[in-house]
Parts: sequence; C-alpha cells; structure tokens
Amino acid sequence: MSLIGERGVRRILAVTAFSAISALLLIALFILNEGLPFIFRYGLHDFLLKSDWDPQAGKFGIYPMVAASLWVTFGAMVVGAPLGVAGAIFLSEFVPKSVMRVIKPTIELLAAIPSVVYGFIGVMVLAPLIRTQLGGPGLSLLAASIILGIMILPTVISISIDSIQAVPQSYREGSLALGATTWQTIHMVTVRAAKSGIIASIILGMGRAIGETMAVIMVAGNAVKIPHSALDSVRSLTANIALEMSYATGLHRQALFATGVILFVVIIILNSFAIVVLRKRVYKK
Amino acid sequence: MDCKFDIQDLSVYWRGNLSLKKVSLKISSSQILGIIGPAGSGKTTFLRSLDRMNELEPGFKAEGRVLLDGEDIYGAGYDAVTLRKKVGMVFALPVALPMSVYENVVYGPRLAGIRNHDRLDELVEQSLTAAFMWNEVKDRLDMSGLRLSGGQQQRLCLARVLAMEPEVILLDEPCSGLDPISTAKIEEALTELKKKYTIILVTNNTKQAARIADQTAFFLMGELIEMGVTDRIFTAPVHKQTDDYVTGRFG
Repeated sequence: MSLIGERGVRRILAVTAFSAISALLLIALFILNEGLPFIFRYGLHDFLLKSDWDPQAGKFGIYPMVAASLWVTFGAMVVGAPLGVAGAIFLSEFVPKSVMRVIKPTIELLAAIPSVVYGFIGVMVLAPLIRTQLGGPGLSLLAASIILGIMILPTVISISIDSIQAVPQSYREGSLALGATTWQTIHMVTVRAAKSGIIASIILGMGRAIGETMAVIMVAGNAVKIPHSALDSVRSLTANIALEMSYATGLHRQALFATGVILFVVIIILNSFAIVVLRKRVYKK
Repeated sequence: MDCKFDIQDLSVYWRGNLSLKKVSLKISSSQILGIIGPAGSGKTTFLRSLDRMNELEPGFKAEGRVLLDGEDIYGAGYDAVTLRKKVGMVFALPVALPMSVYENVVYGPRLAGIRNHDRLDELVEQSLTAAFMWNEVKDRLDMSGLRLSGGQQQRLCLARVLAMEPEVILLDEPCSGLDPISTAKIEEALTELKKKYTIILVTNNTKQAARIADQTAFFLMGELIEMGVTDRIFTAPVHKQTDDYVTGRFG
C-alpha cells in the first residue's frame, strides 16, 4: 500500500518536473515551425539586413529593429553593468552582514516590480526630462537604455554578490597580509577571482534586456528606423512583435514569428554562454 | 641581539571576551621564536596582533602596547598597510592567490611600487630559491598557483612574503597540513632565513619548536606561561604546566 503510494508520488513529481521542459520544447517547436519556413522563403540575409519594413508591400527587412535591439541592449549594459557590479562590490565588501541581510532581498524585490511600472515611470518622468533637457522626442533609445539598465540591476547585483561572496576569505587575508589596501585587494584579487560570476551576471542581464518588451514599447517611441543618435525614437524586435501581432495575417504573421525565432536564438546563445562561464569557476591561467 | 618587538601588557578582546591576558615579551631579531600551546591558548590571536590582521574582524579590541623598533603599532597614525609590508604573514592553510606562480610572488613588490621587470624577475628567483622551490617551478612560472600541491603552495606563500623583503615573518602553523618532506623543506628554509629576518612561528607541533626555534614561548588559556631558550624550556621548564605540555602529559 505504502509502496504504491511511494511510486505514485514519484510519478506525479516526474510528470511535473518534465512539464517545464516539455513546455520549453513545445514553445521552441511552435515558434520554429511558424517562423523558419518564412526565413527560408524570404532569405535570412534579406530578412536580417534589409532595412525596409513594409508588411503591406510585402517587404520584411528587420534590420532597423535588429539595430535598435542591439543598441538598446548595449545602452542598458552601459547603464546597468557598472552600477550593478559596483553596487555588488560595495554590498559584499563594505557593508556588515546584518545590513546585507536586509538590502539583498530588497534589491531582489526590484525584479518583482512589473515591467509596465518601469515603463510608466519612464513615460512620466524620464521621457519628459530627456525631451526638455536634451531635445528630441523624449521617448527614445536613451530612455529605453536607462530604464532597462535599472531593470537588469537585480540580476547583475544578486549574481555578482553571490560570486564575490564565494571568493574564499583566505584570498583576501593573503592579499591584505602582503600589505595591500582594501581597494587593492578588491580589484586585484576578489573581483578577479569572482570574474566568471560577474561576467555571467552581465550576460544574463543582457538576456533580460534584449527580451524585455513592455517597458521598451512604452519608452522607446517605436519608430521603425535605424537609430542615428541616442535621442532617436526606435523600435526593438520584441516591440515589433507585440505591436503588430494582433492584426497581422499571412506572410506578415509569419515574419513576426520569424522575428521571434531570431530573438529566441539570441537569448538561448546568451544564456548558454552564461552557464558555461559560470561553470568554469576555477581560475585557469 | 637587537630587540625587534617589545610587547607590553597586550590584552585582546573578542566581542567582549578576553582572549589574550596582559602578555609582555620581547622578541629579538635574527632568530626564530617558537610559540607553543594547546588549541585556544591565544597563540594565533597573539600572532595576528603583531601585524594587525585581527582588526579585520569585527569585535576585536587590543589594549597595551606593541612596539616594533620602538614605535607602537597600535598608536595613532600608525598605518596598518605600512606595518604589513614590514611584517609578513604565512597562514595555516596554504592558499595561493588565484593567479600565476610568478604573479603570486610579485604581488607584494608590485604593491610596493616596483615596476622594473628585471628587478621583479630577480625577486622571483631569489624568493623562490630562498623558499626551496625554485628548481621545482622555474619552468612553470606561468602556471596557476592554485594547481601546485599543498606543500608547494605553502612554500609559495613563504616566497611571496619574502619577495616583499619584510623585516619580520610571522608563521601560523605553516606545516599543519603538510607531509613530513614538505615540512622539512619549510624548516630548512626558515633556519636559513633567520639570519636575515626575525621569525615568529606558531606551531602545534612541539617537536618542530624543539628542532628549529631559538627561543620558545608557552601560551595557555590566553596567558604567557613562560618563555626562554628552547633547550631550557624543553629540558628544565620552570612551570609545571609547561613541563606537562612539552612532555605530552597535557589533557
């Protein structure tokens, strides 16, 4: 009786465990199935590198969106990576453990704020500020970069903190005993030893930034054109899908799925890369 | 012999607990002082008070005076970083820094501002030779220090202290995790090094103190019980507790 119960529990757990994996597989299959035929028909080269997006005329060059996504992600990195890494160093090396126990969950809570709220703040505060101070429409690549830079902070900070705290205390002591100052110890030993984790945190942050949709739609302005300055209005790949999917049909619809394929591949590559970097924790010269 | 360290009534508190009780002793230069005593006797606390590594932990407080060449290292304005450049420390756990063998050795000199490559190369060879490991690693200087064996890492730690050209070397049970051959190599190196440096060696191995220390100090429960020429401590100790400890009758 109890043996059957034992087995039953095991089966139920197995099914639930595999449901996550099968969901991922099904999503991947679905997107690939809808998107790949289009890419083959239209040509990957034309699809990625032509810059006219005019679904009514049958022109599906997503280059402006690719450029926008890359620039926005790059901008988010410029804003978020230094802030996040510096914050992680400060929190793990200078703040007492007791304070840390309060601050770290608070930072992680930042990740729980819905992206629409970030977008809202971007629209109400940041965009007007950029419009009046720097010019342009306000809703711009710059606004999207700043908002995304803040949104990736929890990812960058919490993974960086974990890897900095994983550095053995004996490394720090060894360095200090050799007459290094606290700061010299941090940048010559601690950060170096935690390097792989810090890089992984930045890569995962990139993955978040490139995949973010709602906040970007709200603050980037969504004009389909290749950005020439940080103040230009841009449309990211994710925004393109979200904005047009509701009315797209036929080839247009397939083109949006194909855009999804591109995003999917990019994010899978970024995440795999982060996993590989995190795995080789041990220092090798 | 010159007096290098003059320690006067040094008491150390950890979060309010007294772990070192009014220790006073003088340490001469160019010799090895062995510090023995059971676990928890305050040996390591004492040692770590001499280069102010203790103060990195919260809840540490020191009272009394520790004079290095006549200057109080706990006095106002005495910089701990400067102190640690003069007083090097080798820890119980051999831990190379996560960088190459070469970088490990030049770490201290680089911090001290030495940039000249020939000079750094020279220091690396000198220090590794003095730590009895130059021949083992001279062809592998680019290898990560973490890939050396425990005994080699400990000698690397010694070499990186030597490369700073300190005046005093503190060793905290440097051989506790090492095999007899590595231990012998470290002891050989220390015996050679005492000509140039003041060496203070905390050890759990009384035989090691008997073998290489010139003077030996016995600590118990945070107090210095007695100190004197090693031979006398081991053959004719004044206090019964010392006698019990060195003859192995201790509980």
